Amino acid sequence: MGIPFGYVLALAGIVVVLGMICATTRRNLIMILLGVEVMLNGAAIAFIAAALRWQQLEGQAFVLFIIAIAAAEVSLGLALIVYLYHRTGSLNPEDYQVLK
Amino acid sequence: MTLFNMLFFAIAALIVASTAIAITRRNLVHAVIYLIFGFFGSAFLFYLFGSPFLAALMVIVYAGAIMILFLFIIMMLRVEAPEEHLFPPRQMLPAVFFAAAYVAIGGLLLINDPSAGAPLTEARTEPAEFGRYIFTQNWLAVEIASLLLLVTIIGALLVGQRPAREDEE
Repeated sequence: MGIPFGYVLALAGIVVVLGMICATTRRNLIMILLGVEVMLNGAAIAFIAAALRWQQLEGQAFVLFIIAIAAAEVSLGLALIVYLYHRTGSLNPEDYQVLK
Repeated sequence: MTLFNMLFFAIAALIVASTAIAITRRNLVHAVIYLIFGFFGSAFLFYLFGSPFLAALMVIVYAGAIMILFLFIIMMLRVEAPEEHLFPPRQMLPAVFFAAAYVAIGGLLLINDPSAGAPLTEARTEPAEFGRYIFTQNWLAVEIASLLLLVTIIGALLVGQRPAREDEE
């Protein structure tokens, strides 16, 4: 009866690894930001499983703040990406070599 | 095998598959759409694990707001599907090495941990109970999150304003 807690942790770990691969290997700022989103999602899965495992509400509260922080991070990150695109005309992080 | 277990495995397969497809797409719009499916899977998982409020929030904020913001930006910038060389080996090799090491060590850690086999049983948190908990026990964190969102709004306004001004001059 019931799912072993380790299975859910393994699922969260796989999602975080997928996000890490996306964030480190893609050469497009939007895909890098998507990878960060996927990693935050994996963390949220782990927290919600822990909340169920110990029957405490702290884990769910953490997920609420993860969602709030993800929204803040994405809005500011996308604003920066739009700004960089207007300045350099590129979304490839390797093209940003000017320090001014 | 109960329905609870079957639902968990189905949702886990859905999340992993749609996320894996999303991160390998060359077309950004396709990637975002697949990722929306992945976040819907997460919302199902949250519902299954007994927090319907967070499941609704996941759909509204993650799939509804964040991913649509991505779509807006992709369409606004009109990124002409660049001939991005997908997964260059120079970056792929270290990433695969660390991912494999992470998965192997994490798997061993889970196998070694006796409490990892503790079964999860069904439970449910009512949204009213959760809200009462948040606003009585964690009110300071809620205030900090609201302050963070305010700072983000101001920052995004400042960052978004500058190129328009330079064009006018």
